[in-house]
Amino acid sequence: MTPNKLQNPLLGLFGSLTSDVINRRLVILLVALLVSFGLIVGENFFTMATMQSMAFQLPELGILSLAMMITLISGGLNLAIISTANLCALAMAYILTKFVPGSEGFAWVAWQVIAVMAGLAVAAVIGLLNGFVIAYLGVSPILATLGTMTMVKGISIGMTRGNVISGLPDPILFLGNGTVFGVPTAMLIFAAVAIPMAIMLGRTPLGTAIYMIGSNEQATRFSGIDTKRVILKIYLISSLLAAVAALVMMARFNSANASYAESYLLVTILAAVLGGVDPMGGFGKIAGVILSLVILQVISSAFNLLSFSQFLTLAIWGAILIAVTAVPNIRSRLGLKT
Amino acid sequence: MPESFARFRRSHEFWLLMVIAALVVFLSIATDSFLTFQNLFDLLTSYAFLGILAAGLLVVLISGGIDISFTATASIAQYVTMLLANRYGLDWFTVFALATTVGIACGAINAVLVDRLNISSIIVTIATLNIFFGLLVFVTGGKYIYSLPDWFSKGIYWFEYIDANEISYGINLQILALVVMFALTWLILNRTNIGRQIYALGGNREAAQRLGFNVFRLNLLVYCYMGLTAGVASLTQAQLAQSVAPTVLVGKELDVLAAVVLGGASLMGGVGTVLGTILGLTLLAVMQNGLILMGVSSYWSQFFVGAVILISVSATALSSRRKRKGAMTA
Amino acid sequence: MASFLELTNISKRFGGVQALADVSLTLEAGEVHCLVGENGSGKSTLIKIISGVQAPESGGHIVIEGREYAHLTPVESTRCGIQVIYQDLSLFPNLTVAENIAVGQHLGGFHGVNWDQIRQVAKKAMERIGVSLDLDAKVSDLSIANRQLVAICRAMAADAKLVIMDEPTASLTRHEVDSLLSLVRDLKRKNICIVFVSHRLDEVLEVAERVTVLRDGKKVGTFDASEMNNRKLGVLMTGKEFHYALSETDLSAQETVLSVRNLGRSGDYAGINLDVRAGEIVGITGLLGSGRTELALSLFGMNPPETGEIRLRGKALALKSNREAIDHGIAYVSEDRLTMGLVLEQPISSNAIVTILDKLARRFNLIPADERSETVDRWVKDLSIKVSNTENPVKTLSGGNQQRVVLAKWMATSPQLLILDSPTVGVDISAKDGIYEIVRGLAAKGVAVILISDEIPEVLYHSHRILIMRNGKITGEFDAHKSSEDELRVAVNA
Repeated sequence: MTPNKLQNPLLGLFGSLTSDVINRRLVILLVALLVSFGLIVGENFFTMATMQSMAFQLPELGILSLAMMITLISGGLNLAIISTANLCALAMAYILTKFVPGSEGFAWVAWQVIAVMAGLAVAAVIGLLNGFVIAYLGVSPILATLGTMTMVKGISIGMTRGNVISGLPDPILFLGNGTVFGVPTAMLIFAAVAIPMAIMLGRTPLGTAIYMIGSNEQATRFSGIDTKRVILKIYLISSLLAAVAALVMMARFNSANASYAESYLLVTILAAVLGGVDPMGGFGKIAGVILSLVILQVISSAFNLLSFSQFLTLAIWGAILIAVTAVPNIRSRLGLKT
Repeated sequence: MPESFARFRRSHEFWLLMVIAALVVFLSIATDSFLTFQNLFDLLTSYAFLGILAAGLLVVLISGGIDISFTATASIAQYVTMLLANRYGLDWFTVFALATTVGIACGAINAVLVDRLNISSIIVTIATLNIFFGLLVFVTGGKYIYSLPDWFSKGIYWFEYIDANEISYGINLQILALVVMFALTWLILNRTNIGRQIYALGGNREAAQRLGFNVFRLNLLVYCYMGLTAGVASLTQAQLAQSVAPTVLVGKELDVLAAVVLGGASLMGGVGTVLGTILGLTLLAVMQNGLILMGVSSYWSQFFVGAVILISVSATALSSRRKRKGAMTA
Repeated sequence: MASFLELTNISKRFGGVQALADVSLTLEAGEVHCLVGENGSGKSTLIKIISGVQAPESGGHIVIEGREYAHLTPVESTRCGIQVIYQDLSLFPNLTVAENIAVGQHLGGFHGVNWDQIRQVAKKAMERIGVSLDLDAKVSDLSIANRQLVAICRAMAADAKLVIMDEPTASLTRHEVDSLLSLVRDLKRKNICIVFVSHRLDEVLEVAERVTVLRDGKKVGTFDASEMNNRKLGVLMTGKEFHYALSETDLSAQETVLSVRNLGRSGDYAGINLDVRAGEIVGITGLLGSGRTELALSLFGMNPPETGEIRLRGKALALKSNREAIDHGIAYVSEDRLTMGLVLEQPISSNAIVTILDKLARRFNLIPADERSETVDRWVKDLSIKVSNTENPVKTLSGGNQQRVVLAKWMATSPQLLILDSPTVGVDISAKDGIYEIVRGLAAKGVAVILISDEIPEVLYHSHRILIMRNGKITGEFDAHKSSEDELRVAVNA
């Protein structure tokens, strides 16, 4: 009969870390990697510094992966998340560098809040555009988001001529580099978006609708769900998440630029797919993606300590993505159950 | 043949032609330098690289797949070929053979991953883009090759013509390669059974399998052809730039995809023509050239490309939706 | 004269399922032979074995024109002149008529395309069956009837000696069916053997010389068409006699739930007047193109009518979406369960509650986990759905159990009006009764039911009243207990 589910959604989230087959495999993989890297890299690996640097780097990639994940589950793809994040960062940085220095007291706080609002607003516009073109005009998500990606990057370049905007106020920098009781603020921001997302996907009508649409949009529509509206919301949420990632990124680098983090696009897809998201849509849980992000971060830090070139790392990410997507296909070919 | 002309009038290519004509007229009036032989000649030469790649991508899209790893393939082909050419002093034939072989090899990898492992082509080629590119820069250390063999640097220049201003024109390597590749692609798609099988595969994959088409062989051909065009294109670009840089080509995938999609090819497969791709490329080139000549900062050109892609795919989606609604029977 | 094709002792097993058990069959050149059977009877497996896509278990023999094969490959089968026209026609919508017909020219090793030859081949094939289509038209622009002609031409171009047509009339209007049947007779005169697989028994009997009935993987028998009628065939196919499932009841005292006046939508239907009372089951039948599904979709808010009005318990409705219809208490079980009715890859539980997600939400718009599982368990119990774990994908269930999940999700919306469109397609005979029982139970509780179906026995024995639709209009009304199958058949086909 139906498995006994826990009532409290948060407990349910952590419960699934061990009960879900995919998550169990990821935990085993994580432990294996920690052990191997510990042996290869040596004592350096398990220092506080390494842990801390991982904890600082993971949030921005993590939030971007959530942005990619939600569109993948719906059966689509958002190739524009990085350029959206960059444009939002530029918008926020512009206000932060133009209006904040020199103002005082209430105005000083207000301008910073306005800057963040502006970033979210830019993301909302892009997200609604994507959602409209995909849901209401029927354009394929790959083409639509390729188009917006190019257009948005074009705006970023046009407005900055490729230059960097830097010099942000302290409170913003704290969001990216500070800690609260030893936990990086960036990590807290990540948790603050990941947990509601997990609850939304697992426990709300919208979440169920997203999974159903990812597997069969037509049947879901015939069951009375306004699929166009849901898809619009998905791309809006994805964009807003990109804006939050932009805030963290911008805070960490103390600058914004039209071309930052472009190599992240592949990694967000990798993190999602490794975490159990089916690229064809309909499946994937936040807990799995978080686990896979930790795994990828461990690998990335280890490579760093081993002085791997960033380009070699890129190539390895690509190979891992192929391996991760191929394994379920090979298993089903051989008749094994996933 | 009024019937076939009527059909053309309704086609995507016709509308493209009209838009291009309108743009050309507008630009000839608005600027002095657009409609000059020199400008058009330079435009043709500089867009040859994208054009040759577009010819290869068109074939992939028609078969129902997609490939965005070809810029990395081109980078590898360029580097390997020029490195060896410098070291061993090769000739035209060997250099082309080498570049196309490297390209075909990369394409074969894509084909095997897509067909045998049954992974969607967008994910495969996103991965191979990073694998090829990452490995290339890692192995080469990102070093540029500045000196190319003399005979290669000189390129070719057939039917040289010198005009009144003592500016010379001729069929250079870029234009020659562009014309040859488009012609070859047209021949394959329209005059060989394999080309027709590719269209069929993109139109109804299951029917193709039922009829006994060798789908793996077709996939292999399609991605290897893309690799071949990447090899050829990489040489034309190296000759034009007079250097080889491992990092400079990657990032241009979207321009190529834009040209092909503007030309009417669909991500669903089964649709797309060489003429359409040529027109799509022309539209892109004329637009970007026009923007520059009209004094719009080149920093904005990417925005316009993106906007045009969005508008074009939206219009295509809307019109096919209208057609589908009309033909529906419940 | 030797038969064209002789099958002896053909069996086929898929895992635990015996799809075919010891079937023997002969097909003569130039005969029109119909193969009938319910879902799960083994028809498609038999076709796949004849066309070489599947191989029979050892012990089976296939003899074609005197030559013996233990099993066939698709290439061999084609070489023997066997062509299958599947229900989806297997055409290339992006290519022209000429190229689709002559697509065989593209097979083989690398070679050039001779467009003149392609046109010649296509023209000759069209002449052979007396058809003339625009060679340069794209197949995607053709009507389904014309596409079927293209598929048949392709079979001709491949020098077919045996053409198997799988459900060829499923999407044709009466007029088009007539054309197809006369084409079949032409082919017969050319000594080509035609195997017609269909569940439209009327058409089957019109054109067949012999009929083979399959049931549960076994051959029930091969009969002369002249000795058969629909009733006999129906009994042979299902192994059951039909009888009225509903008792004669007087429903005149019941409240009118649905009242439709003068409903019209150009191209779909016109002048529809319809009343359905609480507890009443109204059957609607008619040929394809009669507007039944379009009318149903209009009642469900997905195909807004242009004229007329719809009233639910007296209240006029102007539905702009199916969500509005559902909120008012109208439910629609669509005809294509696999693509429109269920999301096959998703869990049974999600499928069962997808229509009431908002209703299940409590504080903070969250659906409590045990509320979800309790609701699902309740439906599983009430509808006797055989399932081991409700989190399994719904595709793991049998057709009958899948349909129960569909019914569960609609019953969860507490409908006042339930519209069923071909509800037992793809459901095994033994499971059909279960579905009917659930529907009867709903009617007994006061739900108004509209039952749309192709199959006359289905509407006759399971409704109180039957309406006949043709060309978008209601052309007849029958009281179930006072009518016979033949009367209905005449009314449908007249």
